[in-house]
Amino acid sequence: MVPTYFNEMYHDGSARPPYRHLENWTADMPAELRSLKQAEAEALFRRIGITFAVYGEGGDPDRLIPFDMFPRVFTNAEWTKMERGIKQRARALNAFLVDIYGRGEIVRSGRIPARLVYQNEAYEKAVAGFVPPRGVYSHIVGIDIVRTGPEDFFVLEDNCRTPSGVSYMLENREIMMRMFPALFRENRIQPVDRYPELLRRTLASVAPAKCNSEPTVVILTPGHFNSAYYEHSFLADLMGVELVEGQDLFVEGEFVWMRTTEGPKKVDVIYRRIDDAYIDPLCFRPDSMLGVPGLMDVYRSGGVSICSAPGAGVADDKAIYTFVPEMIRFYLGETPILQNVPTWQCGKSDDLKYVLDHLGELVVKEVHGSGGYGMLVGPKSSKDQIASFAERVRADPGNYIAQPTLALSTVPTFVNEGIAPRHVDLRPYCLVGERVELVPGGLTRVALTEGSLVVNSSQGGGVKDTWVLAE
Amino acid sequence: MLSRTADNLYWITRYMERAETMARLLDVGSRMSLLPSTGEGYLSEWDSLLQASGTAEGFDKKYGEPVQRNIESYFFFDRDNPSSIASCIGSARENARIVRGALTTQVWDALNGAFQEMRALERKPRSEVDLSYITDWTMRHSALLRGAIDGTQLRKDGWDFLNLGYYLERADNTARLLDVKYYVLLPGVEFVGSGRDNYQWTTLLRAMSAHRAFHWAYGGEVTARKIADFMILNGASPRSLRSSVEGMTDHLDRLARGYGRSSAAQSKARSLLAEVAELTVADIFDEGLHEFLTRFIREVAALGALVHEVYLSGDQR
Amino acid sequence: MILSVLHTTTYRYETPVRGVVQSHRLTPSVFDGQKTLRWKVEVEGGLAGGAFRDGAGDWIQSHSVHGPVSEITVRVSGDVETFDLAGVLRGHRESVPPEAYLRESAFTRADAALVELGRAAVDGVRDALDAAHRMSAAVAEAIAYQPGATQSQTSAAEAMSQGQGVCQDHAHALISAARSQGLPARYVSGYLLATEGEGPHEAAHAWAEIWIKGLGWIGFDPANSCCPDDRFIRLGSGYDAQDAAPIRGIARGPGSESLDVTVAIQAVQQ
Repeated sequence: MVPTYFNEMYHDGSARPPYRHLENWTADMPAELRSLKQAEAEALFRRIGITFAVYGEGGDPDRLIPFDMFPRVFTNAEWTKMERGIKQRARALNAFLVDIYGRGEIVRSGRIPARLVYQNEAYEKAVAGFVPPRGVYSHIVGIDIVRTGPEDFFVLEDNCRTPSGVSYMLENREIMMRMFPALFRENRIQPVDRYPELLRRTLASVAPAKCNSEPTVVILTPGHFNSAYYEHSFLADLMGVELVEGQDLFVEGEFVWMRTTEGPKKVDVIYRRIDDAYIDPLCFRPDSMLGVPGLMDVYRSGGVSICSAPGAGVADDKAIYTFVPEMIRFYLGETPILQNVPTWQCGKSDDLKYVLDHLGELVVKEVHGSGGYGMLVGPKSSKDQIASFAERVRADPGNYIAQPTLALSTVPTFVNEGIAPRHVDLRPYCLVGERVELVPGGLTRVALTEGSLVVNSSQGGGVKDTWVLAE
Repeated sequence: MLSRTADNLYWITRYMERAETMARLLDVGSRMSLLPSTGEGYLSEWDSLLQASGTAEGFDKKYGEPVQRNIESYFFFDRDNPSSIASCIGSARENARIVRGALTTQVWDALNGAFQEMRALERKPRSEVDLSYITDWTMRHSALLRGAIDGTQLRKDGWDFLNLGYYLERADNTARLLDVKYYVLLPGVEFVGSGRDNYQWTTLLRAMSAHRAFHWAYGGEVTARKIADFMILNGASPRSLRSSVEGMTDHLDRLARGYGRSSAAQSKARSLLAEVAELTVADIFDEGLHEFLTRFIREVAALGALVHEVYLSGDQR
Repeated sequence: MILSVLHTTTYRYETPVRGVVQSHRLTPSVFDGQKTLRWKVEVEGGLAGGAFRDGAGDWIQSHSVHGPVSEITVRVSGDVETFDLAGVLRGHRESVPPEAYLRESAFTRADAALVELGRAAVDGVRDALDAAHRMSAAVAEAIAYQPGATQSQTSAAEAMSQGQGVCQDHAHALISAARSQGLPARYVSGYLLATEGEGPHEAAHAWAEIWIKGLGWIGFDPANSCCPDDRFIRLGSGYDAQDAAPIRGIARGPGSESLDVTVAIQAVQQ
């Protein structure tokens, strides 16, 4: 059976309302102009220095993520519903983290197996019993959403640690506005450029108890060799905060300080883009050169805030994902607004049997994997690939989950032959601090290869500007 | 500002100044090689260049015989040579990428543009890239960057660190170029004052883009003493040691004022400036030009170490 | 019994270092088996950092020293009144659930021999406490006390195959075997009063705790074939020796570091 895909622009033979203005736009654009604009966009990206290096793949460190000029559009009503669902999820995930590092009610009540929580690799014993400022563990929650029909939105996964890609959301908009100002006059597109200010405010709002003046916020990066370094430096710049490496910070007395040309300066909030294991060699991996020795002691004694909090990763584990609707009911007493994708846990024997019998139809992922690696897209795989993947699943079933191959919606995309539908997903960025808020938009990733459902930039995916129209 | 940011800014300009010096050295070499050899006992001009830039050993390991084509490759393109123009521009651009947020778009464009063009040059067949093109190319980009820094960067501490890098590297490089001419290029003491000697001095002046300025200021015959005065003591000469030390002093003073605290680096720069300001050519030749230059290079290095200790290491309280 | 402790650790740096930061787990645990009468942790020239009790109930405090410095001494002294609770960690407050201690760590990863040791102890025994005792005895049997045979980086499996080790290796092996049988287990560091003629004693000591349903955490000291009694002072716990280390520190600077430790534990005459 050939699945039918929801085309977000053309549905039932005509352009859906949010895309109506774009029909003329493309019709009026000659091919030469299009390639000219595409080249212009690429030159702009390269000039800005926005590049993406795939970790461990070598090759061109200055690779660009392909940018597709055809925007993705949501109506205000579509967005409003999604926004409510995202905020609800972000609140539930944080409530879950506070709970499992506190009394663990959700485990005691039998709703989530203790094993999945406390033996989870992302569980950090070091923060048990510690409540971070405002009870927030995950300050930036990236929620990956796919669409399969006019009203059908599913959450594919949650990212509670340090979701990346927000710089693309901002740059894509910037570039579209520079290249096609007329589009922005014709369409009433809600701006996203408040994001850096909201992020800064969110981070400042979770300053530690011992901070009694305007908090100093910094971004902690693993360094300029990191694939997301551009984003770190971009955000620091837009927020007006320092971008620091571990070596720029040190612990003395009850606080963390940064090394400046005018002497040590106290740091109150650290937005870290380094994994838990590396942030403090005195608490986690002793061989880490990226972190700050003693940081965790200062954190746990209230001298500095770390965003996201160490240990936040338990909440975005793919095995925990299944339980998020349950969390929403348990902590918030609400009905989940956004649905989960049905998921089979290969660790359960019934599920494992089903998964092995239906590998050809399913998407199978590693529980801790990311970036589209270590996964099998059944319908797109050969018999041999399926057979060898089955071996891997059998060897360590608990490490895999499976989901049906979703009929991801498509959005028109510029390709060599003209314009063609390509599959997309969406990652909005929800900020959690004193308030829970997000800007109207997100990062739309697009699988540029015809028929491909893998949108990861490391696997040949591109990005699009994402519009939310005003009412 | 973050000490590491200051460090990156300082190294952007040090590398770019160094790239420019390498281009000037290449220029000197090519002009000297145009002079017909007049007998035995000469060091090959190209070989002396390698000695001058302190890269002879690395070159010898990789290429052996110093022929022009190899020297050009080594000085310009070779990433194994940390002082090659390609290495310097690559390092400057990497330092800039790290502190992209502390630079204006114009400054980043100037550096990134040079880097992207250089990569295009690297892909061209070597036979299509001649020496005068690459020396001009380097100086052009160097000038572009300096203009962008001067014209667009805020006059805050970051600007001071960018300038400190330029002046410190320039003081060191000018002293070395002079020393090379005096100590390395000329095959023996019997050639002092010979036609070859004068030709070399003139070439050096050209390489420093100071040929015409020199004649306006001094006129007549080119002599070691005049050149020493021009390249060491003359405050009007932009690459002179005095100008460089003045530049360092100005920027260290600005930093001290801005931060509201004086520094050991500032005192050191001031005392160095006081010395250079009171010197005469006679003093220098009494001490011996080579001896003076060697001492000066050491003083500049000590000043660099102080700048590092006070501002760049982040250990200062 | 009242035990008096004097524990000094001196770090010497070949070339002066730019600074030192240490995280200390050097304060006696609070539970029914011990009552701290007097206690002091001093770092010469050090600045005390924020102190707090962590989720496992340990009192943690950091100290930092601003360099250049070429020698640092950490001096721990105090008196603790101890009671024999036959190894039971009664009245200890903590928020980390026992399930967390089922997780493997690099030092305690079980190999076939350790799994077999654990399995043999559990085999045919219905009571988890009995099984734990048997495991502890089996570890003492399998690893002979031999100072110098292993290093601080030796894993449980390596010590097992070598058949020799010190208290750290005993504790690791026991933890590993217990976890392999689904019993939460953890590493405990502390002090031990040396008494004459009863096997090996290391004043700076380590043992294991195993979670027994209904009883809670119970200490086992395979090295001395006993459960901790009033000769023991408990400082803190962790997944393994590294995680439970009384002192974790880092010096900023090149060059090597040497260490000098002295520990004296005495029973106070009453």
